[in-house]
Amino acid sequence: MNATHPPGVWSRLRKNPVAMAALILLGLILASAFLGPFVFRADPHLTSREQFVPPSLAHPFGTDNNGRDALARVMEGARISLLVGLSGALISLVVGTTYGLVSGYVGGRTDSTMMRFVEILYSVPRLIILILATAAFDHRFKDWLNGVHFTFLKIGSIHWTFDGTSMVGYTKIIILILSLGLIEWLTMARIVRGQVLSLKNLQFVSAARALGQSHVKIIFRHLFPNLLSIVIIYLTLTIPAVILDESFLSFLGLGVQAPQASWGTLLSDGSQVINPVKSFWWLLLFPAAVMSVTLLALNFLGDALRDALDPRSRH
Amino acid sequence: MLVVLFCVVTVTFFLVQLMPGGPFSSERNIPEVTMKQLLARFNLNGTPWEKYTIYLGVRPNASGHYSGLLEGDLQLSTKYRNRSVKELLGNSLPISGMLGLSAFVLATVAGVWLGTIAAVRHNTPTDTTAMLAALGLISIPTFVTGPVLVLVFAIWIRLFPVGGWGSYSCLVLPSITLAGPYIAYIARLMRTSLLDVLSQDFIRTARAKGLDENRVIYKHALKVAILPVVSFLGPLAANLFTGSLVVEMIFNIPGAGSFFVNSILNNDPFLLEGSVIVYCTLLVLLNVFVDVIYTFLDSRIRLE
Repeated sequence: MNATHPPGVWSRLRKNPVAMAALILLGLILASAFLGPFVFRADPHLTSREQFVPPSLAHPFGTDNNGRDALARVMEGARISLLVGLSGALISLVVGTTYGLVSGYVGGRTDSTMMRFVEILYSVPRLIILILATAAFDHRFKDWLNGVHFTFLKIGSIHWTFDGTSMVGYTKIIILILSLGLIEWLTMARIVRGQVLSLKNLQFVSAARALGQSHVKIIFRHLFPNLLSIVIIYLTLTIPAVILDESFLSFLGLGVQAPQASWGTLLSDGSQVINPVKSFWWLLLFPAAVMSVTLLALNFLGDALRDALDPRSRH
Repeated sequence: MLVVLFCVVTVTFFLVQLMPGGPFSSERNIPEVTMKQLLARFNLNGTPWEKYTIYLGVRPNASGHYSGLLEGDLQLSTKYRNRSVKELLGNSLPISGMLGLSAFVLATVAGVWLGTIAAVRHNTPTDTTAMLAALGLISIPTFVTGPVLVLVFAIWIRLFPVGGWGSYSCLVLPSITLAGPYIAYIARLMRTSLLDVLSQDFIRTARAKGLDENRVIYKHALKVAILPVVSFLGPLAANLFTGSLVVEMIFNIPGAGSFFVNSILNNDPFLLEGSVIVYCTLLVLLNVFVDVIYTFLDSRIRLE
């Protein structure tokens, strides 16, 4: 922990059993998502004749309607969902922090215009716009990527090339990450702005200004380190929000597309094979459990972090 | 408010124009003349700008009439031929409304009740458990709780129907699913706010003059503590609306939510735009409505 945090955050966090359990669970899920495939070697896209096999030793989570191994699918879903959540949250972090910093630091009329804009965006139903945007841009992005092939770096005999055609299968995910990141930054911007407003009148900022430091330096050397803790808290709370939005879209069939899977698509598949005649419960309950545990852990961790960094927020 | 609506309509319209293919491109072998007539009949001729102005109703369409949004015409659906968007939405909106309303009532009543209990029994195991459960409920999305509830209460224990629409028992599981996260959210909001109010001076006065605890809480404290919940009702309604997309899909409810997804998949421009407009209008109206209620409840706001 560096000096910008209030003293003893880590020790306070360590005393919170819920937070520690959440941290350990998150570690386990991350490890099994990214390292699991090296231990449990099943291809998530390999179809077989063994349809709807209940959980067994060979297939711990059973198999789905195409005979694919459900555990491998859940691990792939975890990779994609976590990746989308993390990168979407990082984009929203960059956009929101920059926006909030500028708005709060410049102040005055600029500030009120910028915040009015955020208010307008708040009242727009974001998920609906998101649905429309992914549907509208996906095809164009695919067409554009298809056939794009160029070498951008040559060192000796090694060529780094950008091969658009091989990425065509992943356009939906890229678009999802971008649009989710560009949609979830509003709260971050508001919080950062509020913090900057209260910080910029403090003496150390006035001192820096009196010493003739540039605005850029004041923002990055003096203001930003003081924002770090609050930004980290909201990052842990933005990740589950982005994961949730992504799986919402995928559940509706408008997000991640086959053959790739995310938790949303797995849940949607799972809920379709539940019927009174024959219910293949393992296709629903396992993805549901893994996803719930992840989201729970992230939210508990975010809450605990907030308590640890800002004891006043605790009632 | 109107600015927001106008922006949404415009952005939606042009995003739909960007979608690949036309509404009739899946049907093969349509002669060019027929195609032209089809497009003309559905007011889909011309440049995007022409289509946009015809849709708004500030430019006459192919048959020379002004018939667009300003005149209250939402055009025809290109998928369900000969049925207007208005008719389709008119049939399905009451169903979505019914579902939304029951979830709304459930979320508010249960949330306020649970939050009050947690605040009154502050720092007891009841409080801690309730708040942990609430955080749990907030984290788990409806598309997890919905199918799991179906599995447990409709398939393993055959208590409620799996899905569909028609009887009151069909309403139980969808409403619980839809309201779940918001029960938890309102309970947390209510608890924080009530704890805040209970530490204020006028509550001490009420206790000092010998009112019994129930009267203090239910007559004096609740009235003030409920304000944050009221201001959340607008966003709540908004969230219930978007949430109903998924819930209607899980439970096979023929509501308006399914039009969103299907009209994107079927490339049905006017149905999509119509649903977006109706949803956004409802959301904006609800927000205004909540603002009005708020000023009535909290007289301090009017004074400022």
